[in-house]
Formats: sequence, C-alpha cells, structure tokens
Amino acid sequence: MELREKHRLAITGAVIGAISVLLVVLGNPKNMGFCIACFIRDIAGGMHLHTAPIVEYMRPEIIGIILGAFAISVITGDFRPRSGSSPVLRFVIGFFVMIGALVFLGCPLRMVLRLAGGDMNAFVALLGFIAGIGVGCIFLSNGFSLGRANEATRLEGAAFPAATIFVFVMFLAFPSLFLFSESGPGSMHAPVVASLAAGLVVGILAERSRLCMAGGIRDIFLIRDFTLILGFVAIFIAALIGNLLTGSFSLGFADQPVSHDKHLWNFLGMMLVGLGSVMLGGCPLRQLILAGEGSGDSVSAVLGMLFGAAAAHNFSLASSAGTGPGTNGKAAVIVGLIVLIAIASLVTVKERRKYGRD
Amino acid sequence: MVEIDARGRSCPEPVIMAKRALKENEEIDVLVDNRASLENVQRYGRAMKKQVSAKEEGTGWRIEIRR
Repeated sequence: MELREKHRLAITGAVIGAISVLLVVLGNPKNMGFCIACFIRDIAGGMHLHTAPIVEYMRPEIIGIILGAFAISVITGDFRPRSGSSPVLRFVIGFFVMIGALVFLGCPLRMVLRLAGGDMNAFVALLGFIAGIGVGCIFLSNGFSLGRANEATRLEGAAFPAATIFVFVMFLAFPSLFLFSESGPGSMHAPVVASLAAGLVVGILAERSRLCMAGGIRDIFLIRDFTLILGFVAIFIAALIGNLLTGSFSLGFADQPVSHDKHLWNFLGMMLVGLGSVMLGGCPLRQLILAGEGSGDSVSAVLGMLFGAAAAHNFSLASSAGTGPGTNGKAAVIVGLIVLIAIASLVTVKERRKYGRD
Repeated sequence: MVEIDARGRSCPEPVIMAKRALKENEEIDVLVDNRASLENVQRYGRAMKKQVSAKEEGTGWRIEIRR
C-alpha cells in the first residue's frame, strides 16, 4: 500500500517533469512547460479580464488538468461534491497566492521547473516557499481550520468542469472571441492538441497520486512524513535530465527565462504562496485537481486566483521579466502577507476557544 | 472508544486531529469522507507503529487505529 503510494507519486512526478520539458520543445516558454499561475494569468488575458498584450492565451493545459481530474474521479468514485468550508476566505487566499506567484513569476510547480533549468532565483524562492509553509504549519498545529465542508449535489460538483468544457468548446469554435498574444510568453505555446493531452495526463496522474507541491514540505514539518515530497523530487530530477538532454540547462541568477533576480521579492512572493497553499490545503495545481473532483471550495480558490491574475496586470502588481516587481507589486505582497496572517490568526484563536469549551 | 469526526475537513486537518487525539489516547477511530484523508490518516497511523484498518461507513470510511 505504502510502496504503491510512493511509486505512484514518483511516476507522476517523473511524467510531469518529462512532459514539461516536452511542452517547451513544442513551443511553450522556457522553464514553463507547466505553470499553473502563469497559465491562469494567460487565461485571464485570453478572456479579456486583463489586457496585458503579452500574456493572453487560453491555455489548454489548465482545461485538461481540470477535465482529467474530473473524468478520473467520476470513474474511480473520488468525485465527491463538497462545499461550504469558508468559500469567501478561500477566494481571498487564492487571490493573494496568485499575487505572490506573479511577483516571483511562477507557481510552485514552475519554481521546481526553473530550479531544474538551473535558475538559482528559484532556489531563493524555494527558501521563501519553505518559510511560508513553516508559518502555515504553526497555525495548523495550533488549530487553524477553514471549517467543515458539507456534501453538495452532483450538479453543483459538475458545474465547474461543465463551464470549463463550455469555454473550451467556444475557444475551438469561435477563437476570435478570445485574445491571443502576438509577442511575449502568451504567444509561445505548444499545439492545442498537445497542450490539452498533456493537461489531461497530468490531471489524471495528479488526481490518482494526490501530488501537491506544498503538501510534501508541509508533511515533513507536521508529521515527519516524506511520502508527498517524492513527487516534488521526481519532477525536479526528470525535468533536470530533460533540460540537460535538450540543452536548456543554464546555471545562474542572471538572464534566466521569464524571471528576475530581486532576491527579497522572489523570497517574499513565494513565502506568500507557501502560506496561502497551506491555508488552502494544497498548492495551485492541487486546487485545480480538487475543483475537478467537485470541491466547490477549491473552485472558489481557483476563481480567486483568476481574479488575482486579472488584478495583478490591471493594477501593475505582477513583476516584469528582467526588472522585477514595481512599487505596487511590493506593496501587494506585504499586504497579502498581513492579510493571510491576520486571517490565520483570527481563525486559529477562534478554533482554540472552541476547543477550550469542548 | 474515542471517535474523531474528520468528515468534511480538508487535508491535512484529519491527520492533525488524529495526531492530537493519539497524544491522549492509545486507540482511536477516525471518520473521513475523502480518499486523500483516508490514505493520509492510515499512513500516519502506520508511521506511529499502530495497527490500522479501515472500512467503508456511510459515504466515507471509519479508520480504526489500534495499539
């Protein structure tokens, strides 16, 4: 049982790492075979939610991940619609996770892919990510909880995957409704079929293995368990080998693809993502998977991320590749950390009082 | 028997609830309603060198953790 679990995680990680390198070969931006934050940001642009011309594209990878998780969870019985665990707080947390990710320029998955490409800025970010998870774990072990989710109808659980299918069909049938970047990262993409297939495979594997980029580090802190971290390590190794084979590996801080070397903000940006991911119960990738499994609460988090991505570009919060974050972005990260720590503190104090009464 | 109702709780709360309960009790039952929690709580129980078994109950599972 335990061995099978570890095998599943190792295989899932290795496949994600390999697919990520392959997607770059097929046209995705460098070290961005997969990036949940960047791709949700591109989708926000594609849907006219922001109008930053270089990051607009309806990334089929995201659609594939949601639908892959939905399909496999229906088949295996993991599709269990639930909602009602502080959906609005989850929206807010999702919003700030996206801000943190776009100040660093990547979600935890892309952080690992950047590391595997030799981008040392991602190592600084990893330290911040670990710090954020550590702070989150302190709250968790003191009773932090966003509350119980209740059973929901299958219609409620299927609504988000159905909306995803609708948007994708519209994208294929009437592409002119959507925006497409003509230059920049948004213009670089693998063929639609390859992106969708890659998303489906990752969605299915990640659902089966419960892969989570934040969960691995969190479990080490909380229960000294090294199972989930295997997925993280396997992605790194597979992508590293792939990058070495395709000549995409270049070690250093300067001139890394779609990145910046403002260490403090790489650290703080990913700290915000780490803390938020622990509060949500999983990294951005895991939120997409749970949304596919029928969790209305994770749909809230995903919509928060989508809204956060739109805000990040409409209010100049996202970093620019090369130059890093502007004043607005720096302020947003600080505000995000304050807001998340305030939410976590208030919830934890309330939960402790409740425990005291029991 | 101490029964921990972790249904509706998102990961990793069920594990933390089990951890907390195992500090004060040798043997507990944990109720969960999703497979990720089922796997995580069982894995934690085994790591604590306990006898762990699970059976379906209602729309979820009852995990029995014994010394």
